[in-house]
Amino acid sequence: MAKLDVTKLRDQNPKGKKTVNDQIANTAEWFDDRLGLAKGTRIFFNKIFPDHWSFMLGEIALYSFVVLLVTGIFLTLYYVPSASLMIYHGSYAPLRGTVVSAAYNSTVNLSLHVRFGLLVRQMHHWAADIFLGAIAVHMCRVFFTGAFRKPRELNWIVGVTLLILGIVEGFLGYSLPDDLISGTGLRIMFSVTESIPIVGTHLAFWIFGGNYPGDGSIIPRMFIAHVLLIPALLAALIGVHLALLVKQKHTQFPGPGKTEKNVVGTPMWPGFMFKTQGFMFLVVGVIALLGAFAQINPIWQYGQYLPYKVSYAVQPDWYMGWLDGALRIMPSWEFQYHSFIIPNQFFPSVLLPGIAFNIFIIWPFIEAKIKKDKTEHHLLERPRDNPVRTAIGAGALTFFFMLFAASATDVLANYLTISLNIVLWFFRIATYIIPFIVAAIAYRVCIELQRAGDAAGKRKRFNVVWRSDTGEYFTEKSPARSDDVDYLDGEPEESLELTPEVSKMVNEKADLIASDRNGSQESTDSNPEDLQQISRD
Amino acid sequence: MSDSDNDLTSDNISGNSVSPVTIRNLNIEDDPRFELLAKNPKRTEILIAISFAIAAVLFVAMMVDYVKGANTQVEGGLMAAAFCLLGIGMVAWGKYLMPKGPFEESRHRTSSTDEDKKEFVDAFIGRGKIAVSRRSFLGKILGAAMGLFGLFLLGPTLRSLGPNPNNALNHTAWKKGSRVVTTDGKLVHVNDLDVGAFMTVFPEGVIKKSELEENQQDLYNSQTLLIRASVDNIVTEKGRETWGPQGYLAYSKVCTHAGCPISLYQQETQQLLCPCHQSLFNVLDGAMPIFGPAPRPLPQLPLAVDPQGYLIAQADYNEPIGPGYWGF
Repeated sequence: MAKLDVTKLRDQNPKGKKTVNDQIANTAEWFDDRLGLAKGTRIFFNKIFPDHWSFMLGEIALYSFVVLLVTGIFLTLYYVPSASLMIYHGSYAPLRGTVVSAAYNSTVNLSLHVRFGLLVRQMHHWAADIFLGAIAVHMCRVFFTGAFRKPRELNWIVGVTLLILGIVEGFLGYSLPDDLISGTGLRIMFSVTESIPIVGTHLAFWIFGGNYPGDGSIIPRMFIAHVLLIPALLAALIGVHLALLVKQKHTQFPGPGKTEKNVVGTPMWPGFMFKTQGFMFLVVGVIALLGAFAQINPIWQYGQYLPYKVSYAVQPDWYMGWLDGALRIMPSWEFQYHSFIIPNQFFPSVLLPGIAFNIFIIWPFIEAKIKKDKTEHHLLERPRDNPVRTAIGAGALTFFFMLFAASATDVLANYLTISLNIVLWFFRIATYIIPFIVAAIAYRVCIELQRAGDAAGKRKRFNVVWRSDTGEYFTEKSPARSDDVDYLDGEPEESLELTPEVSKMVNEKADLIASDRNGSQESTDSNPEDLQQISRD
Repeated sequence: MSDSDNDLTSDNISGNSVSPVTIRNLNIEDDPRFELLAKNPKRTEILIAISFAIAAVLFVAMMVDYVKGANTQVEGGLMAAAFCLLGIGMVAWGKYLMPKGPFEESRHRTSSTDEDKKEFVDAFIGRGKIAVSRRSFLGKILGAAMGLFGLFLLGPTLRSLGPNPNNALNHTAWKKGSRVVTTDGKLVHVNDLDVGAFMTVFPEGVIKKSELEENQQDLYNSQTLLIRASVDNIVTEKGRETWGPQGYLAYSKVCTHAGCPISLYQQETQQLLCPCHQSLFNVLDGAMPIFGPAPRPLPQLPLAVDPQGYLIAQADYNEPIGPGYWGF
């Protein structure tokens, strides 16, 4: 039987001494005897990753998830998931002697007392924000390039689920320290749960263990969801996400040599494996940089959560911002019939995300239905190739961004020193209008880019107007250059009734003007006069 | 990590004059795709080695700093620098010292071949016909049984987590005759507040000697804003003629929008502002919401002055405090 000789280098060792390479070969052989991995691993090594920067976005999410797992495990060694009250005796003098919960106490201690603790905690928080940011941008890439189309609808749904779980996970995570800000967030979440029709009030009481703030069991419950349930789901779904990616192979942008039947790029082994490992190090490096120098959530400054205290000008983490903004700009409506009520907070914080995420999930099917498209797509579209989708996406993004910005109404009013009422009314109206304007602009830009074809970014030839001795005006196109839009169309159009000499002079002058325009702006003012000079000659 | 100059617009694939072929059956010596991108591989290798070596030194520096007390900025700065160096080195290794490509793999139809489909159907229906068609009612009963177990599980995993709401949302810790106390537990005398002042108050008994003993639910539900808006009795609404003795008004501090504690009082305009979502309430008008998302006025606590001159509650709030909920 042939040996699994993974090291051709063995030839270089004529003395027959056992080398490291021999050991690698023997180890590979040992595993292959038991698992039969040679073929599968070879196929895996041959997997091609397209060379385009936008394919990195998902990797950022993946590697920040790795950072989250590693830093999170560290934090669980010190965090105490308990709401029981105690007196703080730690190293932070301003809090000494005050009554705090065990959760808050342990979070302050792991931040200010445990060596390396604050760095890890801040890295964990930053990694969470980057994780969700990368997911959001990655999702935009997939949306605007049509990568979700058949056969990848399932992976799109897995991706949206990851986004939803990530948001929940993030909320639970920043609620765990039991500080003044997170406690207020929890109270809002209680109100949101209460507002769900029929089951809401019961659900809120059960989850919190009684009327708000409950019997203290919410902290350990959130903890187990945050460190076990949801991470396990996230890890499993990330596994499914990647498995589907390997099974269905990558999409790619159209280009020379790229077809629906192939994937062109860098193979897993060795090129991509090294590049992606390096990229993971870079993601860790950037998160460490943020953790070191960009303070995030300094809970010892906020203080322990007390039910009757609250902070001013506080915003949630960025991925909750759109929901907070929606809560703020909601008109003061409430619908009541006897004791059955659809409370105000139901619309912005239950109905809105419910509708939004459901549209995300079914979007691939909506689009396929409208376009009556049942074919497989492996070549991506550029956003301009599908103006309607791009317009809808741009409008939706704008809508979410407006909601996000609305979560800072008080800060904006302070900063711009204008009335809070004006800021609020601006967002109440603009949030529904600006998305349509942006969508229309996006649509228009797509159409223009389509018309421009490959000419986008190239020079349009300008017309030269000149006057003859007798006072007649003529126009003619400037000389063609290699960076012109119509360069490949051939020679410039023949000018009207020009003698070859005049034409030559005009062309020379126009060329000069063109180079002047590229060079300096000042000289353009004198151009018309110069032209007249030529014609007089 | 990808490089953007290798993207769709470049013609390096056709420019190689070799049509991309699969990685198998390669002849490494003649194939231009196996050239390295690095012009001077030896130099690149040395640079990468230096970046790895510096990273190693930085990790040692981290250990030293850890022993010396682990300064967050020093540790994080060293860690960031080390990992960025490792990252840059690895990416350069993968980009410049590897076959430059591009390589290609072929893609086949995602769905199964007709033959595979047929074989599957043969196995599933042919072999399992009896199981699938004749015994379907067994499957239904099995499904029903498992479904009932799932329904049962809702009990221990959800229902038992906490008590039912029952009447809990309809009352607070305020009772008829509850004396008003501050956050420190001191009684509030009718002469304590000047006009324009306000404070957070609770019913006597909720504030304990030690914060460790306080009931958090009572603390939350009974938190009340006490405002002195005038020296004369204030009637905010019809039917509340006696609720505002000597200019004292008391409103629930829990916002009717999302439940945040309302903590900002503007004396000039007699308005209360919730800092969470900026609902604004008019103090003199029964705390009617005049701005923002809050849909209902803040419940007013009927106050009275006892013979010793201390503020007391005439009764509990006559409506649920806080945001709306199903079964309001």
